[in-house]
This record gives sequence, C-alpha cells and structure tokens, in this order.
Amino acid sequence: MPTPHPAPPPARREFRNIHALRDLPSYRLPPAGWVSILHRISGALMFVLLPFIIWMFDTSISSEYSFARFSSAFNNGLWLLPAVLVKLVTLALIWAYLHHLIAGLRHVYMDVNHAVSKEFGRSSALFTLALSLGLTAVLGAKLFGLY
Amino acid sequence: MAVNFGSKRIVVGAHYGLRDWLAQRVTATLMALFTAVVLLQVIFSKGPIGYAAWAGIFVPQWMKALTFTVILALTYHVWVGMRDIWMDYIKPLGLRLSLQVATIVWLVACAGWAIQVLWRV
Repeated sequence: MPTPHPAPPPARREFRNIHALRDLPSYRLPPAGWVSILHRISGALMFVLLPFIIWMFDTSISSEYSFARFSSAFNNGLWLLPAVLVKLVTLALIWAYLHHLIAGLRHVYMDVNHAVSKEFGRSSALFTLALSLGLTAVLGAKLFGLY
Repeated sequence: MAVNFGSKRIVVGAHYGLRDWLAQRVTATLMALFTAVVLLQVIFSKGPIGYAAWAGIFVPQWMKALTFTVILALTYHVWVGMRDIWMDYIKPLGLRLSLQVATIVWLVACAGWAIQVLWRV
C-alpha cells in the first residue's frame, strides 16, 4: 500500500528497485518470510488456474457423462495434456490451497489474538510449512495412486 | 509530504482503510468454513465417492445458498489479493489499471460460470 511518508534524511541511502535476478537469490528469508511469499505465490497460482478449478467443478457435478470426462482427464489426459501433467497441475493446486488456507488461518489467529512475538512468528511459520507440505505429500501420494 | 489526494490521488490505489483488510479476513473465514463443510460431507459419506455422492452434496438448497455465497466471497477475496499484487509490483499506472480491469473481467466471468454450474445439479 503506498503509505505517505516524510522524506528520509539525505545522509541515509535508500535501496529501491531490487533486481529480481541479481538481488533476490542472495536474500536469505526467515521461515515467516517463506510463508509470506508462498502465500502470495499460491494465491496468484490459484487465480491463474481458476478456469481449471471451475472446469473440475463443472465436469464433476454436472452429469454422469461429464463425471466420466472428469475422471478420464486424470487417467487418459485432457486435450493435448498427458494425464501425468493434469495430475501435476492438480498437485500444485492442492499445495497452493493447503498453504494458502493454513497460512491464512495463521494470519487470522495472529490478528484476533494479538499474541505476536518473534518466537511465535517463527514456530508458527515452521508449523505452516510442515503441515502444508506434509498434507500435500499425503494427498499427492493418493493422487498418483501410491495407496 | 507527497500530495496524494485531490487531483493527485492515485486512482488505481486501495481505499486506504480498514474495509478491504477486514473483508479479506471475513471472506477467508467463510471459505475455510465451507471447506470444512464439504470435507466433512465427503468423509462421512458411505462407500466409494462416485458421481451421485459427490454431486449430491450440492443438491440441498442450503448448500446451494452457502456455495453461492462462497463464490461471491471468493471473488471479492481474490480481487483484494490480486489488486495488492498489481499495486506492489506494477508501477506504470496505465498498465496497472489495465491489469486490474482484466482481473475484474476474469473474476466476474469465472464467478458467472461457477454459479451456472451450481444450479445445473
């Protein structure tokens, strides 16, 4: 949000326009930083894939025939996409939803509780990453037919 | 202080207030509850989940009302989030406005499709 701020004292250098390729790879993010940027990335991913999500909703509930087309996408592929690619995109969506949900609950919890400390920020961030990745692994194994 | 009101107001900015911040959390809570409602119905359905069991979840009128509300909540939630992304990374105002308009078109189209699907079952 563009908050208006007073002009900084001239002695202090301002660092602006971080170069995505030159500067970002050298940044070492704390766990809360990873949760934060992944929250944004997962949200943007779901925004871009919204038509695919609604396509799954559409074909899975409209009729028996469309349900068969829905299942077929995961077994025989969809248009030019092989089934494994459909599954990978779905796996990405599963991760995105889980991460976005858990990171969001963490936000709301911090908002209503006001119990914000450096330790809680770190431990809850690690919990978020572990839970979202763990559940993604469990559901991904099911998606790829490992059990 | 830089003047950013009156004729200098950033027309593709946020409302500089509480409303969208709160709306994003309220809509998020609603979607989390919806997730729990769908998940519980899937978990407690009997037998393997085929077409009838899955589509049957969305048949009752209360579930249609809830899903309809969640589609609207999702649309607003995503709008706030995507607008934040455009405001953070896209500085040229013309490009930012174009992306914001495209986002609205994209979201309203998707919401319309989802609502249409909902009343198909």
